[in-house]
Amino acid sequence: MTTHETAGHATTTGLDNRKVMMWAFIGSDCLFFASLVSTYLLYRGKSVVGPYPYEVFNIPYTSVSAFVLLMSSLTMVLALGAIQRGDHTRLRIWLLATSILGCIFLGGQYFEFTVFVEQGVTLQGNLFGSSFFTLTSFHGLHVTFGVVILMSFFVMSLRGRLSQEQSLNIELAGLYWHFVDIVWIVIFTVVYLIEAPNIVH
Amino acid sequence: MAANSGSLPRFLERPTSYTTGVWGWITTVDHKKIGIMYGFTAIFFFLLGGLEAVVIRSQLAFAGNEIVSPDIYNQLFTMHALTMIFLAIMPLAVTFFNLIVPLQIGARDVAFPRLNALSYWIYLSGGLLLNAGWILGGAADSGWFAYAPLTLDQYGSGGRGMDFYSLGLLVLGVSSVAGGLNFLVTIINMRAPGMTLMRMPVFTWMAFITSILLVTAMPVITIALIELALDRILGTQFFAPGAGGDPLLWQHLFWVFGHPEVYILILPAMGIVSEVLPTFSKKPLFGYPFIIFSGIFIGFMGWAVWSHHMFTVGMGPVANATFAITTMLIAVPTGVKIFNWIGTMWGGSIDFKTPMLFSIGFVFLFIIGGLSGVSHAAPPSDYQQQDTYYIVAHLHYVLFGGAIFGIFSGIYYWWPKFSGKLLNENLGVIHFALLFIGMNMSFGPMHWLGMDGMPRRIYTYGAEYGWEFWNTVSTIGSYIIALGTIVFIVNVFYTMRQERRTDLADPWDGRTLEWSIPSPVPEYNFKEIPIVNGLDSFWDTKYSTDEQGYMTPIPQGASDDNQEDEEVDIHMPGLSYFPFITGIGLSVSGFGFAIYSQFNVVGLTVAIVGILATFFGAYGWCFEPADPEDHH
Amino acid sequence: MATEHHNTEHPSSTKYVVIALILSVVTAIEVAVVYVEALAAALIPILLLLSVGKFVVVVGYYMHLKFEHKLFTILFASGLILAIYVLCALMLLFGVFI
Repeated sequence: MTTHETAGHATTTGLDNRKVMMWAFIGSDCLFFASLVSTYLLYRGKSVVGPYPYEVFNIPYTSVSAFVLLMSSLTMVLALGAIQRGDHTRLRIWLLATSILGCIFLGGQYFEFTVFVEQGVTLQGNLFGSSFFTLTSFHGLHVTFGVVILMSFFVMSLRGRLSQEQSLNIELAGLYWHFVDIVWIVIFTVVYLIEAPNIVH
Repeated sequence: MAANSGSLPRFLERPTSYTTGVWGWITTVDHKKIGIMYGFTAIFFFLLGGLEAVVIRSQLAFAGNEIVSPDIYNQLFTMHALTMIFLAIMPLAVTFFNLIVPLQIGARDVAFPRLNALSYWIYLSGGLLLNAGWILGGAADSGWFAYAPLTLDQYGSGGRGMDFYSLGLLVLGVSSVAGGLNFLVTIINMRAPGMTLMRMPVFTWMAFITSILLVTAMPVITIALIELALDRILGTQFFAPGAGGDPLLWQHLFWVFGHPEVYILILPAMGIVSEVLPTFSKKPLFGYPFIIFSGIFIGFMGWAVWSHHMFTVGMGPVANATFAITTMLIAVPTGVKIFNWIGTMWGGSIDFKTPMLFSIGFVFLFIIGGLSGVSHAAPPSDYQQQDTYYIVAHLHYVLFGGAIFGIFSGIYYWWPKFSGKLLNENLGVIHFALLFIGMNMSFGPMHWLGMDGMPRRIYTYGAEYGWEFWNTVSTIGSYIIALGTIVFIVNVFYTMRQERRTDLADPWDGRTLEWSIPSPVPEYNFKEIPIVNGLDSFWDTKYSTDEQGYMTPIPQGASDDNQEDEEVDIHMPGLSYFPFITGIGLSVSGFGFAIYSQFNVVGLTVAIVGILATFFGAYGWCFEPADPEDHH
Repeated sequence: MATEHHNTEHPSSTKYVVIALILSVVTAIEVAVVYVEALAAALIPILLLLSVGKFVVVVGYYMHLKFEHKLFTILFASGLILAIYVLCALMLLFGVFI
């Protein structure tokens, strides 16, 4: 199935076109997030009115979110291992688990946003609100998209349309999912943790 | 992605029968047909941008002229730049990527044919979206780099143009990234056996570097545009000075993208020239590896010079000095390339056909544009030139004298490959002469005007400044360019009515693989995937070099590889509706968001419809078998 | 040539669980460090170091990059290095480090 799009001749490097594309896309996506993180960091401390990040961030709460997303990477990699062994039952379990963890993360983000809005941080309120919500919801959109893909594969697998030979699909979805996870590793540190209570503002 | 699906509605199953007609074009995934659509669309936008330029020049022809209102004038110069950069030069370069790259690397198509079709449909609809402002409350009017906070209603004109700017460019960015990824993978992974990186034709190399730049630079402007769109539509504070928003952030993000973008515009033209010059000089390219490594170095350095567009904003001496040095460094690889091109022509038996004329014109005009560029790499001198007509002169020498001349060279060079007809040589020479004279007359005097202090983007000027004479000359020059372009259009129509010839497989005695197959190129490109033994390996099948370095033709046997009469059964990817649906859907959603602040409910509805169409298209795409014969 | 990469050097499921444990512990350390007053001065370098560690482990093992063709590393690294470069250059230009 790998060479359908190439009108039937093997690739120069022997690598699959779609996998090369996925890594190139991830490289490109790094620059999307770098631009957003740049905006956030350059505007850090530049808001002329509050609320300010250290007043609203709840580090323990976000740590749990970060942990959930980290664990979804584990379940994702287990799903890939399962399909590569041809273990379709475990594939479905781990795909479902990954999607659920992703949904928990998204739910957590939604709840966090509503709490922030109650505390007066809004998209329009100040620079912090504008840059924070844009960055985190851009990431949230990535997670949402990933959940849609994983659920699609889950349904495909249930209907018997995802064979062991098509494990590359799961591998690519996994690459995307892990990338979204590492972006959160970065955001968790440079957005949340550096607002730590012991740093003088 | 994969997997068969029996659940698609019948009318959306992969069509197999359309080969011609409107549906044939809408559902095509053939890189040649997509390239031709790119080409004609881009020429259309080129004419539109040219028309805008003629109106601008007419307005400036005399002091105190009032042909258009100041408001329309702002829209004209903004849209002229956007149209020429994003809708004409970039897509014309992509036209050649599509048409030539798969042929030069010996492939039957690009790596992702449907993605390729998607890029085109987004480009077409995004181009219309960007221009929709003309009829819906005004086109973009803050200049093509749209400095904050002029782009916000309370500081700018208050028209709706910047909504179409931000969303139009966002949509077009998707097309560029998709195209960049596609050609990146194609060039990495679809090369014929034996075609190592250092045996790739220079044009393919430049396409490769350009693709890398597209994939890495477009994300930065995408984020800047998202922030701008959010500011305008949802009221965020990114560029609002009152809330602490920093206009310099926009400038930096814009130029972080903007300078690689400059090389996205010029590198493909350099690639074309590097193909044309050796062919018409009957010599191999002088210093192939130097040209390649210079191209790589230029692409790389494109990331380290962006702030030279901002010397006058007050970044401080350290930053200014750093960016001045990196900028001046770029003159080195550029100079290397120019010497290589001259070295290629040196001692060659030069055949002054139209493609060659345009390529020589490119080298000549690009030297002038490059030198004026070096003159504002130095901050003190840039302080004088910033925002004057001197900059306008410089950028037109590199983008018109450079990119456009290179592209016309490519059009004349490769036209027979895809049509089996030669563009008329006499009309071609007239076209070149008019363009060359008109170009120098139009943009040459702008150097003087700029040094004399005439600012860019002014709507009119008083007679007492003494700028009128050179402005009149410049306007006459622009009319000559327009006349030359009309000659080109006449040539195209005249040529299209000619009989198709069968002897044009290799009309220029070419060196690269695309000349080894019949013209027009069969759908499957290569009957057998070629094996490549070296740089210019097609040339090597035609000529041998003796001890003194002279080329002697190898007698061609009775081999008639170029006959296309026998039937070959080569399996090609099937047609698809989904790229069209996905691409149009994306632009429709962009349109919805762009009119959202004017017509809330309608805008939101249109946006949702567009998003649903995009998802429907993308989903259908994923579940469509990549290959129609897989369908059970 | 390189299509036989699956299942050969693939770490086992147990290994993946161990990696997840390490990642969790590092995350816990990150959060804990934030509350230690004595480390306040060196907090940002410590946090950056720890998150870079997590980043590298996820990319190397979960994304399998350590075991793959070097082309993938080149593609990813060029995007990542440019991204870091742009971020640092902008922060330098805006005087964040000074």
